[in-house]
Amino acid sequence: MNYSSLIIAVLILLGGAYLLGRNRARAIANQGMKLHSLPTHYGALMALWTGLPPLLLLLLWGLMEPRIVDQLLVAQLPAHIQNGSGAEIQLAVSKVHNLAIGSGVSEAPELQPAVKHLQALQQRFDLLQAGVILALALIGVALTWRRIKADMRARSEVERIVRYMLFASSGIAVLTTLGILASVVYEAWLFFHKVSIFEFLFGTSWSPQIALRADQSGSSGDFGAVPLFAGTLLISLIAMVIAVPVGLMAAIYLSEYATSRVRSFAKPALEILAGIPTVVYGFFAALTVAPIIRGLGESMGLDVSSESALAAGLVMGIMIIPFVSSLSDDVINAVPQSLRDGSYGLGATRSETVRQVVIPAALPGIVGAVMLAVSRAIGETMIVAMAAGLAANLTFNPLDSVTTVTVQIVTLLVGDQEFDSPKTLAAFALGLVLFLVTLVLNYVALKIVQKYREQYD
Amino acid sequence: MSIIENHTTNGQPFCKDPKLTARGVGVFYGEKQAIFDVSLDIGANEVIALIGPSGCGKSTFLRCLNRMNDTIDICRVTGAIELDGEDIYDPKVDVVPLRARVGMVFQKPNPFPKSIYDNIAYGPRIHGLAQSRVELDEIVEKSLQRAGLWNEVKDRLHAPGTGLSGGQQQRLCIARTIAVDPEVILMDEPCSALDPIATAKIEELIDELRENYTIAIVTHSMQQAARVSQRTAYFHLGQLIEVNPTDQVFTTPEHALTEAYITGRFG
Repeated sequence: MNYSSLIIAVLILLGGAYLLGRNRARAIANQGMKLHSLPTHYGALMALWTGLPPLLLLLLWGLMEPRIVDQLLVAQLPAHIQNGSGAEIQLAVSKVHNLAIGSGVSEAPELQPAVKHLQALQQRFDLLQAGVILALALIGVALTWRRIKADMRARSEVERIVRYMLFASSGIAVLTTLGILASVVYEAWLFFHKVSIFEFLFGTSWSPQIALRADQSGSSGDFGAVPLFAGTLLISLIAMVIAVPVGLMAAIYLSEYATSRVRSFAKPALEILAGIPTVVYGFFAALTVAPIIRGLGESMGLDVSSESALAAGLVMGIMIIPFVSSLSDDVINAVPQSLRDGSYGLGATRSETVRQVVIPAALPGIVGAVMLAVSRAIGETMIVAMAAGLAANLTFNPLDSVTTVTVQIVTLLVGDQEFDSPKTLAAFALGLVLFLVTLVLNYVALKIVQKYREQYD
Repeated sequence: MSIIENHTTNGQPFCKDPKLTARGVGVFYGEKQAIFDVSLDIGANEVIALIGPSGCGKSTFLRCLNRMNDTIDICRVTGAIELDGEDIYDPKVDVVPLRARVGMVFQKPNPFPKSIYDNIAYGPRIHGLAQSRVELDEIVEKSLQRAGLWNEVKDRLHAPGTGLSGGQQQRLCIARTIAVDPEVILMDEPCSALDPIATAKIEELIDELRENYTIAIVTHSMQQAARVSQRTAYFHLGQLIEVNPTDQVFTTPEHALTEAYITGRFG
């Protein structure tokens, strides 16, 4: 029995258990006894105890079985492979797996006994799995069935189980974040063993190649990340210069001036901008905007490189406009109408009211929106990769080609790499810096937004 | 309780020395008519109370008097309203100076998220009433004194206005309105969000303000109307039923509906 049919079987049992539990509770109620909870709660309790343990076990089984099978498999391999290095054993094991499902191309008669053994093993394991899982489900049915009595507190038990499920769900999100962080920190720590942290943070030369042979020219890579930070900063700055004023003014127009008809049309239209994939923005930047900027620059006698920070920053700014405008629009709308009325009642015009009452009242929220937009800009990759180039120039000239932290992470990890070379590990160090910066920005933004919320509730 | 056909207002809706005159005013929200043919004078230096059950149109009528209804897209006003004999709905009239002359205090205290000083200085600044910082300081002090708030806040003029208590906030809003030196002050249930002590202070203040200003106050409290006003106008389902001197309205109302309302048969 394979995995999916096993899951379906458990789900059918679960549904049956629900009906069974509910009907048993009804039967008890019909005998004139007063139930503690509603019949549906007894049903739900039956369903939970029938479904949850087998499904959890199934998950665990899926994680554990391959390891156990591989362990047993190694014992069946020919002696000379067993005595080989770890990599050789792994190779042989994966060959056996391939042969077992019939997709092996390599002729390896010496592995045949292992292949046979694996097939037998898997059959046995599948049977065992189906048996154990279904038995567990039936045990759940039986035990809960016996527990259902008139005074049994099914409602509180169901609610407690649901609470644990909710807790587990939020735990998954938190644990994943912690896991990612831990792996990034660990790899970055390895990197800082090979390259000093000061050289990384303050060095001004970035050229992360590593020699394949010892006598190769230019064998020592440079890992000074300042040009990357500068490039990121420059492009984000250009993007914010575009996105903040335009987004904010769009938000003011939409929330204060636009009639409801214009608003109902313009707001979704603006938000469509946010739905365009960044790759599309990227080739728009590289193929349309960059040549226009170069043409304009040349007509003014300026030397513009074909991949410029300006092109990437401009397009990124456009991408972020809906982000700023939508969030600002929300906070501006949250300013109580009574403040506007108060201002109008004193004879203020609409523009005076917006400038002197509405915007100051919404300012903390707007700042929060801008901070979130900044962290978005810093983390953006595709547009920069396509339009700003890969050259790590330390420059603040927006017409030059620059590169950013995110783009370098991509280029460091693309292609065949040794996984323990400083070149690959540098990606983790860059990722760590990026993570910390956006974390701080998001935290500050959230704090500001929270402070704002407290003011009018 | 349906709308009375061919209704004319009972009592004395007109007075000798009117500051504001409304003639045949009707208000529509989209298709729905909220006010029917209201004619009423508001005399100089009098306090007139507008009373009536919820939804009777008294607040809507009040908001017509300084064109606050302009901010509502679907609202349309018919008839004529004149301030010192000038039609305030004339297309040539600019609402900015109009609202400076006819100020408004709202139901819920709505101080701006600024300092106490800046709350008061807001109006004078946008209307350019002060030539210098010294003049502005004077206006702020005078307005706060008139609103009876000066002694409580003079040491913390630069603290946020939102940090004051509810009653203080409402007096701050009254001070803010006074600061632009209006001729008429419209008050839309100014005490409904306040406790009895703060209410008493505001009522006292209204009585003092009568010397210099004309005041129209919407209220749900009949005791308040009796305490602060000289004349009382009773609204019912968008119609003006009766206008008479306050004593008379509360002792010997002319119209059966007025009597029913003040004796608490509906409200």
